[in-house]
Amino acid sequence: MLQPEHRSLWELTARVGLSTRRFISDASSRIAVADLAGCGTLDASPEALRGRSVVISSTRQLPTVLALLQLDGVAHRVLLCPPDLASAHMPLIMDEADADVVVSDGTGPAAEPPTPVRIISCGTALAPATTPRDRSGTTEWLLLTSGTTARPKIVVHTLASLIAPLEDGLSVSSEAVWGTFYDVRRYGGLQILLRALLGGGSLVLSQSGETARDFLARAGQSGVTHISGTPSHWRRALMSEIPSCFSPKYVRLSGEAVDQVILNNLALAFPKASIAHAFASTEAGVAFDVRDGKAGFPATIVRGANNNIEMRVVDGSLRIRSNRMASRYLGNGRSLVDEDGSVDTGDMVELRGDRYYFVGRREGIINVGGLKVHPEEVEAVINRHPDVQIARVRGRSSPITGAIVVADVIVRKPKSLTSITDEILKTCRRVLPPHKIPVIMREVQSIDIMESGKMIRRRA
Amino acid sequence: MIFVKWAGFRTQSEDRYPAMSIRSTIVSHILRIADQQRKTIAPLTDNLVLVDSGLDSLCFAVLVASLDDSLDVYPFSENDDIRLPVTLGDFVKLYENAAT
Repeated sequence: MLQPEHRSLWELTARVGLSTRRFISDASSRIAVADLAGCGTLDASPEALRGRSVVISSTRQLPTVLALLQLDGVAHRVLLCPPDLASAHMPLIMDEADADVVVSDGTGPAAEPPTPVRIISCGTALAPATTPRDRSGTTEWLLLTSGTTARPKIVVHTLASLIAPLEDGLSVSSEAVWGTFYDVRRYGGLQILLRALLGGGSLVLSQSGETARDFLARAGQSGVTHISGTPSHWRRALMSEIPSCFSPKYVRLSGEAVDQVILNNLALAFPKASIAHAFASTEAGVAFDVRDGKAGFPATIVRGANNNIEMRVVDGSLRIRSNRMASRYLGNGRSLVDEDGSVDTGDMVELRGDRYYFVGRREGIINVGGLKVHPEEVEAVINRHPDVQIARVRGRSSPITGAIVVADVIVRKPKSLTSITDEILKTCRRVLPPHKIPVIMREVQSIDIMESGKMIRRRA
Repeated sequence: MIFVKWAGFRTQSEDRYPAMSIRSTIVSHILRIADQQRKTIAPLTDNLVLVDSGLDSLCFAVLVASLDDSLDVYPFSENDDIRLPVTLGDFVKLYENAAT
């Protein structure tokens, strides 16, 4: 199996073979992997970035992938900016990452850096370039946690921790063409990128603004055999007409709890495909995948600790220790692990029979189609209204987006919720993105704070 | 709880309308949600593919919760074998079957 020591992403990609059939594409460009040998996409020599902390910023994924192949093993750090990252977070993120270079195609959250740093342009056009004389450095890969109230946390991985999950027994031929609804700047998408590159295959990337149907049509035309997305991605795809040219061998879900309805519908839509759902987090890495076509996961997975991964359920929350974990957070001083060296995922599980099922987040975080919502953030906005005494925000399960945001509100007398609903929503729409705006508000007489977690899943 | 209200999706005067068919209830909710979410929607025919309707995933999530509250029908709860609807006709049929 692949050993990451002193091997860079490019070296591991090249070692499995640079067949002319291998490619990486998005909706605009298609790059042959073999053409990357001796070529570059940066307007500077990679040597100029040796030991530097580099932010990669682009709305497209492909320029980021090409920059990563040139920078791993050379740069001290690479920070992957998801395109939906608010620019307002950039000053602190760049400060915590000690970023001194931005590599960008002129788009993305760091296209106009908040602090004076060197800017190197990148793109997808290949030009002859000097090969870095040494790629043996251990580059830190900085990933950002998704959509939280305050700024995202910076999570530090290395190529070794990121590719450790590839030893999971998922047998994939080098002819595999992977596709992903996920963005490769997020952990879930990055896993698919690494499987494609290190497995000897190819990769078809989704593009911002592209519908699920258009992406699947392009995936089918590009010969995608293995594809990954969240349950919400797949629900969206199944509620459109699946292009007839798309017939995958392997379908993977992760990023949200998976229910039996989506698994059954995928099995009907893709009768020739193996369907698996994986549990992973940016901090803990991939913990396991489930391949038996059932929601939840066998309790034996928790009990069956092996050399590489240990799992425990402590007070209902899944804790994981493995060689796939991130090494630390940058900047905020928080420890990534508990006293036993495990990541506490905060994902609550419940044992029913011989399987565990996910039942929500301990902190009450609501996952709306893969986008996290902190109830406190929405409550703070509702509570701004002078006639609101207190609001509690919680999730309500949804077969479409996993969950939606609902609010219970105590209103000061003599006002009623009816009379102030429009004003509350007006404020919410002004300061919150659509997935955080409560879609149901109920007036209540009391709020039992101790039960807030229990109310998240009306239909567990 | 003393009062339940959909945030801007239903007015009290509409609550007093007589019971409607499942189809007309669904259509009425779609129109209300589209208006609320400022979405332009396509003509609501049976053959309309849902993802082409102009409503996004969040709108559909709101629609399902809305129909659960107003019709007390939730076809997704106990039946793991349901097919996710592709067209508006499929969607209406799913609810009509679940209500019987």
